[in-house]
Amino acid sequence: MNLQAIKAIYLFEMSRTMRTLGQSIVSPVLSTSLYFVVFGAAIGSRIDQVEGVSYGAFIVPGLIMLTVLTQAVSNASFGIYFPKFIGTVYELLSAPASFYEIVIGYVGAAATKALAIGLIILATANFFVDLSIVHPFWMLGFLVLTCFSFALFGFILGIWAQNFEQLQLVPLLVITPLVFLGGSFYSISMLPPAWQTVTLFNPVVYLVSGFRWSFFGMADVSVGFSLLAIGLFTVLCLAMIAWIFRTGYRLRS
Amino acid sequence: MSAIVSVKGLGKTYEGGFEALRAVSLDIEEGEILALLGPNGAGKTTLISIICGITNPSGGSVTVGGFDTIRDFRGARALIGLVPQEVSLEPFESVINTVRFTRGLFGKKRDDAYLERILRQLSLWDKRADRIMTLSGGMKRRVLIAKALSHQPRVLFLDEPTAGVDVELRKDMWEIVRGLRADGVTIILTTHYIEEAEAIADRVGVINNGELLLVEEKNALMARMGKKELRIDLARPLDALPKPLEAYDLRLTDEGGLIYTYDTSAEKTGITDLLADLRHAGLHMVDLDTRQSSLEDIFVDLVREDGP
Ligand SMILES: Nc1ncnc2c1ncn2[C@@H]1O[C@H](COP(=O)(O)OP(=O)(O)OP(=O)(O)O)[C@@H](O)[C@H]1O
Ligand SMILES: [Mg+2]
Repeated sequence: MNLQAIKAIYLFEMSRTMRTLGQSIVSPVLSTSLYFVVFGAAIGSRIDQVEGVSYGAFIVPGLIMLTVLTQAVSNASFGIYFPKFIGTVYELLSAPASFYEIVIGYVGAAATKALAIGLIILATANFFVDLSIVHPFWMLGFLVLTCFSFALFGFILGIWAQNFEQLQLVPLLVITPLVFLGGSFYSISMLPPAWQTVTLFNPVVYLVSGFRWSFFGMADVSVGFSLLAIGLFTVLCLAMIAWIFRTGYRLRS
Repeated sequence: MSAIVSVKGLGKTYEGGFEALRAVSLDIEEGEILALLGPNGAGKTTLISIICGITNPSGGSVTVGGFDTIRDFRGARALIGLVPQEVSLEPFESVINTVRFTRGLFGKKRDDAYLERILRQLSLWDKRADRIMTLSGGMKRRVLIAKALSHQPRVLFLDEPTAGVDVELRKDMWEIVRGLRADGVTIILTTHYIEEAEAIADRVGVINNGELLLVEEKNALMARMGKKELRIDLARPLDALPKPLEAYDLRLTDEGGLIYTYDTSAEKTGITDLLADLRHAGLHMVDLDTRQSSLEDIFVDLVREDGP
């Protein structure tokens, strides 16, 4: 195991984040505040409560998930796409590091950044609503797991993408809709029955539901299902990464 | 001496079906400087990329320091430093950070004293905190070299390190290369400035159309393939070759003198006979000069014979 290589990649990526610290933090905090104003204040004044939780508090887990998913995917995909784009990927390919060590370095850094932003949003949310977290450890566990699995997904995306458009296409066309339709801002039970069934095919539903359970102790689907879904997704990503490693897909000609 | 890099039957066919390397076999001795020469598209970069693990081979095998570059890739790659042909660097990073990154990537513990030594050697120390995008092209090349040396490799590949580099830096570079060689580092370089290869290499390999035409000790190659020319300046310039001298391999110069080409390794050079015949023809010599054909002449001949 080349631990030095993992450390080098991780620190290099983190220093990139540090260089742009301002925009890394300001923009998610700002957009979260906007969501609170729009959803919490405007809509919340009409909905009042969802399953016994004030609407403002109810949307917090969904909001965190929205940002964390987007951040994990975009950080990890950019992290590996950029070296490909500017050609410095030759170093990674010629280093005495296995593909797994490279993945751990990049994914670790992207997940760390997403996690930090998730926690910052949680802190920001505290200014707007009263939050008491029922299962804080589960909450952290869900958050960390989500950061890692979606950073893995982002890494795959970054390897697949052959231009900047493709790099942005998936987050825009897949991630954002899935999150918005995944019960981030409403409870699944508020939908007509037919749509409830459709929604169950959306993997983000399980994430948000599990995450919300850790906050309020109530969920759209059972927590076991949530864990299973996120575990399955992680395994799928790992399998794909193993395949990329074996074939050198879009990395080695 | 033993082979530190051993290439056996290496072939590469790119996705589109283009055969860039055909059964290349090559042993590189520990501690030597090997210059790989070949026209554009010959396959030099492809060969280097496969050895370094950037490109997958289609056939054959490579060992570096006894490690198979695929099965024991860690062992093999840890020994290798690469200065790529293209200048690819992270534009927003500082010089020191990117060099430190490479060292870590190659599994070495941070060693700022060593990095300071290399950066000073490459006149980059004053620029260490500068962002790479603010450096000139030549300095970026130096950064690439610093990165390649950052993990103390035993084998260094320099893929056209002097392309677009000024005379001063070129001299510096060859100074560094000689220094590395003195430390026992094996160096493989490609260049289109053949006089550089002539000046610095122990052995020369010529690649054309994905085939290794030859690998030979530079001096032996030049003795074997090299021709010598004798220039004869005459008191009275000639318009045409006199009849009695037509048997010789002679050319007229623009000034009306003569150039005689001969083979130094041949049994008889024919110089004595020629000089005697010149006197019989009543031609008066005012000056003589000999010139050894350069590696460049040999290279051009080789590649021309091999065809496109
Ligand atoms: N990724 C690739 N896909 C397809 N063909 C390639 C690829 N890389 C190189 N080639 C082809 O393989 C041949 C050898 O290329 P290579 O870069 O090894 O040449 P070279 O000897 O380094 O040339 P130069 O002196 O110009 O650097 C060329 O014809 C090139 O077009
Ligand atoms: Mg080349």
